Amino acid sequence: MSDIAVRIEGLSKQYRIGARRKDHRTLRDHLVSSLKSLWSRNGHIALPRKAGSGESERMAASDTFWALQDVSFEVKQGETVGIIGRNGAGKSTLLKLLSRITEPTRGRIELDGRVAALLEVGTGFHSELTGRENIYLNGTILGMKRADITRELDKIVAFAEVEQFLDTPVKRYSSGMTLRLAFAVAAHLNPEILIIDEVLAVGDASFQKKCLGKMESVANQGRTIFFVSHNLPAVTRLCGRAILLDEGKLCHDGASHTVVNAYLHSELGTMSSREWRDPLKAPRGEVVRLRAVRVRTKDEQVTDKFDIRKPVGLEMEYEVLKSGYKLMSSFELHNEESICIFDSIDFDPVWRGRVRPVGRYRSTAWIPGNYLAEGTFFLSAFIETLDPHVTQIRELQIVAFSVVDTCEGDSARGDFAGALKGVVRPLLDWSTVLHTESIQVERG
Amino acid sequence: MGLGDMRQAIGAHAQAKESINPPRRKLIIERRRNLFDIGWSALWEYRELGYILVWRDITVRYKQTAIGVAWVLLQPLMMMLIFTVVFGKMAKMPSDGIWYPAFSMTGLLPWIYFSQAVSRAGESVVANANMVRKIYFPRLWLPLATVLSPLVDFALAMILLFGLLIYAGIPLTWKVVTLPAFILLAMLTALGLCLFTSALHAKYRDVGHTIPFVIQIWMYLTPIVYPVSLVPEQWRWLYGLNPMVGVIEGFRWALLGRAAPDPVVMVESIVVLFAVITAGLVYFRQMERQFADIV
Repeated sequence: MSDIAVRIEGLSKQYRIGARRKDHRTLRDHLVSSLKSLWSRNGHIALPRKAGSGESERMAASDTFWALQDVSFEVKQGETVGIIGRNGAGKSTLLKLLSRITEPTRGRIELDGRVAALLEVGTGFHSELTGRENIYLNGTILGMKRADITRELDKIVAFAEVEQFLDTPVKRYSSGMTLRLAFAVAAHLNPEILIIDEVLAVGDASFQKKCLGKMESVANQGRTIFFVSHNLPAVTRLCGRAILLDEGKLCHDGASHTVVNAYLHSELGTMSSREWRDPLKAPRGEVVRLRAVRVRTKDEQVTDKFDIRKPVGLEMEYEVLKSGYKLMSSFELHNEESICIFDSIDFDPVWRGRVRPVGRYRSTAWIPGNYLAEGTFFLSAFIETLDPHVTQIRELQIVAFSVVDTCEGDSARGDFAGALKGVVRPLLDWSTVLHTESIQVERG
Repeated sequence: MGLGDMRQAIGAHAQAKESINPPRRKLIIERRRNLFDIGWSALWEYRELGYILVWRDITVRYKQTAIGVAWVLLQPLMMMLIFTVVFGKMAKMPSDGIWYPAFSMTGLLPWIYFSQAVSRAGESVVANANMVRKIYFPRLWLPLATVLSPLVDFALAMILLFGLLIYAGIPLTWKVVTLPAFILLAMLTALGLCLFTSALHAKYRDVGHTIPFVIQIWMYLTPIVYPVSLVPEQWRWLYGLNPMVGVIEGFRWALLGRAAPDPVVMVESIVVLFAVITAGLVYFRQMERQFADIV
């Protein structure tokens, strides 16, 4: 038995753009377009044959695109591989191919071992069925055998904490309970190769933690894991190796922190600023629409690399679409280990306790220089309306930046070049004085 | 529950399971080239999924209904009464000398099974879109399971039919044992059709509108409210292309002592059916590749 768990060779997937854009095509559309193409083909007959074929070739090329193009790599047994990249880079396509939901256009995948793909929790759950019935249903859909489910039932139920409600229809469950039950079933699958999509990590923070914790424990058992995610800190923490996809091609493969850094510092991720130029695509709530989140220096420079000694400006631009609401906007900052550094609320006295008129606002918060430790940080932005409390905007980790120490001797590390611990690195006000010169010196 | 508990739960679980894991198998994913590769082995491997889909279908249908399974009996009973009044009494439709309620009921039950199988299986891929988009499983189980699940309703309704026959004083003979063969024929007809409709429905939602309409017309092309003897002799061969004719003729032969279905017509039906199912399987497997992207 070789120790290669997954071997991918020249994997490619082509999509027809038409088929992708139009979700529900009608027979009529199809007939019309067939007639049209018939018409144009007839038109081409008059032209020299060569020109005609060239034209149709070009048409074919523009109608299709490669979601994944000639991707090859191998994964050893027990490796945990993170797959990162921008939206549309081919991550989900790779995931769909690995989990056999769609077929590759070219190339092949060899999987050695039982595979389970978790692209969603609770697939196939039916609200009319009871918790117990749904455990069987969902387990079977995920590929468990009936006997396995019966044996694991008690553990699944205990894990989901739904003992009293086992024979209650799931439609009477709270959404949290449903999610817990669904996740419990997934957690008791026992594959050798596990494929996980980040959409799995929905729900509240504790649930996300559960998902990630589950992955860690599975990884520790020597199972092979694919983890597709936007959550870069999670990738560096959980995966030893990462693969960066861009436009359907594999462009980096290596140790996860190296690949994540390459991603953050390439043009692929101008990660330090997010702007929504098209208001229709901007995240919005009923009252507020977010237009931009960025980090910048004092001299208005948007950058993703900050000198540890310089202040970091956290900025959000938003529009208030309805007047008469009190707003509370805040930033949350996480480091690479997903540790929350702070959660900071806008306390500008001008707007405190006052309702906001309609308009575009810009809020900036300054992290002083010599405050953050070196490393990569991820910024989340929130805007809530008060009385009643409604979350309008909740954009998690949409902007990233790194803090570097150029080691010129005037930062908190002084002349020390080794590793320093801690999530913050303030330049504390140290003082050391020589108190008295006469002391008893032991002789030895 | 803390992370630690969870890890423990998973750890313990893994140990328990290690011993019973089936031997590792290499799985190769690539573009399927053989048109006639239906994937029978995967279908067999996932038989428990088929079972659970059938079970889900049946359970869900009668949850939160006041009279539950009684609907299975009520529907054919009402239709039989309407047919008896409209066709038997008012239109004076001939029934080859058989008491009209028994005559129409023997035709109705296999037909109700067939129409339910066709309408549900036709929607099976779209109705389970969330599964199709997120999980791998042999997609053929979707139409298959939905063709199987109304069999339970059918079996229950058969009790009603036997009751009716006893009431009418029509004796049961050894021919009853041939009934499963005819219901199998109905099942295969529904499957053959639904391999096409369910796959087409994923791409063109028009199919959803067409199916009820086709079923309606098909019903009148099948000898349910009238006997085959009303169909002119020279058109019988064409009429026999409809496999449901053979099914219902078979039912009436087995239960009512009517003349046996024309063997030529039966063979014709079976040949047509075999061709339709083969083509359906190939078509479904071809279309299946796009399901996850289009449903």
